[in-house]
Amino acid sequence: MKSSYLQKLNSRSSFFWVSAIILFLTLCMILLSEAYGLNLVSTSFTKVLGKTLCLCIVALAMDLVWGYCGILSLGHFAFFGLGGYMIGMWLMFERTKNIVIDSTKNNVLPLTETEINEAVGTQIFGVVGGAEIPSIWLFADSLLIHILLVFLVPGVLAYVFGWLAFRSRVTGVYLSILTQAMTLALSLYLFQNDSGLRGNNGLSGLQNIPNLESFSQAELSIWFLVASGLALITTYYVSNLIVKSKLGNIITGIRDNETRIRFLGYKVESYKLFIFVLTAVISGVAGALYYPQAGIINPAELAPIASIYLAVWVAIGGRGYLYGAVIGAAFVSLASSFFTGGQIPNFNFGIFTLNWVDWWVVILGLTFVLTTLYAPKGIGGLIEKIFRDKEL
Amino acid sequence: MSMLLEVNGISVSFDGFKAINDLSFSIGYNELRAIIGPNGAGKTTFMDIVTGKTKPDNGTVLWGEKNLSLLRLNEAQIVETGISRKFQKPTLIETQTVFANLLLSLRKSRTPLSTLFYTISKKDEEVINEIASEVNLIKNVHMLAGQLSHGQKQWLEIGMLLAQKPNLLLIDEPAAGMTAPERQKTVSLLKNLSKNQSVIVVEHDMEFIKSLDCRVTVLHDGTVLAEGSLEHVSKNNKVIDVYLGR
Repeated sequence: MKSSYLQKLNSRSSFFWVSAIILFLTLCMILLSEAYGLNLVSTSFTKVLGKTLCLCIVALAMDLVWGYCGILSLGHFAFFGLGGYMIGMWLMFERTKNIVIDSTKNNVLPLTETEINEAVGTQIFGVVGGAEIPSIWLFADSLLIHILLVFLVPGVLAYVFGWLAFRSRVTGVYLSILTQAMTLALSLYLFQNDSGLRGNNGLSGLQNIPNLESFSQAELSIWFLVASGLALITTYYVSNLIVKSKLGNIITGIRDNETRIRFLGYKVESYKLFIFVLTAVISGVAGALYYPQAGIINPAELAPIASIYLAVWVAIGGRGYLYGAVIGAAFVSLASSFFTGGQIPNFNFGIFTLNWVDWWVVILGLTFVLTTLYAPKGIGGLIEKIFRDKEL
Repeated sequence: MSMLLEVNGISVSFDGFKAINDLSFSIGYNELRAIIGPNGAGKTTFMDIVTGKTKPDNGTVLWGEKNLSLLRLNEAQIVETGISRKFQKPTLIETQTVFANLLLSLRKSRTPLSTLFYTISKKDEEVINEIASEVNLIKNVHMLAGQLSHGQKQWLEIGMLLAQKPNLLLIDEPAAGMTAPERQKTVSLLKNLSKNQSVIVVEHDMEFIKSLDCRVTVLHDGTVLAEGSLEHVSKNNKVIDVYLGR
């Protein structure tokens, strides 16, 4: 067959290769840390890797919704942030509660439930001038409910937003603007002190996992890396399943010719809603894995610029190629932490100092422009081209 | 005999321009009908109304024995009741293969979950290949629809209508971009179809209409000017004035 290479690259083997690479990477990290002690691989590097894998997950979601279904959503990082907030609430509440109980264990009388809640309230909400625990923290005591909320909150928000937008047949750039407005509104709301989520302070100390205090950060970071890797493999598998199914044909059909799909009798709105909600949930889960590794989440994380970066990663990686999205997110976010992490010294030209933290944005912008001009299909398109040239 | 589709007194205006003006039209079961008329006569708008793309300002559109009102349904529901449409400009998923285009057209459950877990059966594959050979595209099934010639695209779109097994086919300018033998083939295909389904063909080409040999409806300024055999309408003075020319 003429296109066997291509078909292989596009079908199961791409899933296989991506899974193999991620597994290999995580195994390497485990081996390194186990064999040579936890000090060889720095914990912060492990965390960077783990966080990168989470960003790959949300990039996959973005590729599904934008690259395959043609909806340029500038709001998927808001779902990512919401997932982070949902798990962050439990982490912060539970840890503060443990500390409160711990600090009073020598007291003659154990604290009552109300006293504990008051103390926790003062600890968490003191910074925003309150002591009351807001009602949205009602279930902050329950890990199970908050894991459910990681799925539910982004899912329900995406459902309501998508239902309204798709039903009114808002498409193209107008829809992008709407999603951006949603993100901005959410971010501005969370910035308020009375939003109940600590305003601009956000949630912090998330790297300390309650009830697992006996484990070091080095160990926890490895666990999170493995969990992120498994989540990425699962997401890749599900995404691959979707794009290879008849549903995949329909959503790319919607991207390329919405009218035809509609007049073939498919309810275009349902399909868009399905993909939008599914990818929002995926983003939420990715966020819930990301922020315990980052340690802190605040409303700035949900700002529209984050979602625009997400679109840039997917564009550089290659829209419509699942492995492209993964490569794009990994490549750009690793390069970003390399340039902005103070790894390379600034150049001093006398009158002008080249500051990498500032210039990284310029480099990224140039990469984006060059990609759009010379490789509109991104890295994924280049890889496909290389394999195709080999073939012919 | 009751009618398959009955359109009564519909009007629609865009920014004050009356595209359709008190138009009434009906077609029976297994009937082949041609609609002709000058540009701007409202032919495509008429199809838009029947398929739910445009809602009329007033009038009724009734469907089938139960006189179901189509105006209350959305596009997808109208397709489900059995009306399929071929657009004037070939409208295909050009980035997908001929096979995929036909697969998406097959009359199957159209909910997201059922399409996610759909696996193609031997029978579906046979049906697709059958349709592909019927529209002369069997050699091209694995080509991208966008790579087909204009005439082949027209046929693929007709093939996609066949796959939907509709009760009524609305076909907008099927002969455009076809060579003479291709047209001949299209004519026999359409005639064959009308044995089991009703077909409405919009066409400009008088030769093509003549070879269809069916009842003709002439539209002008959004309303029916004349109706009958081609011979009958071409003798009509008004038709000669506005459309055929003297």
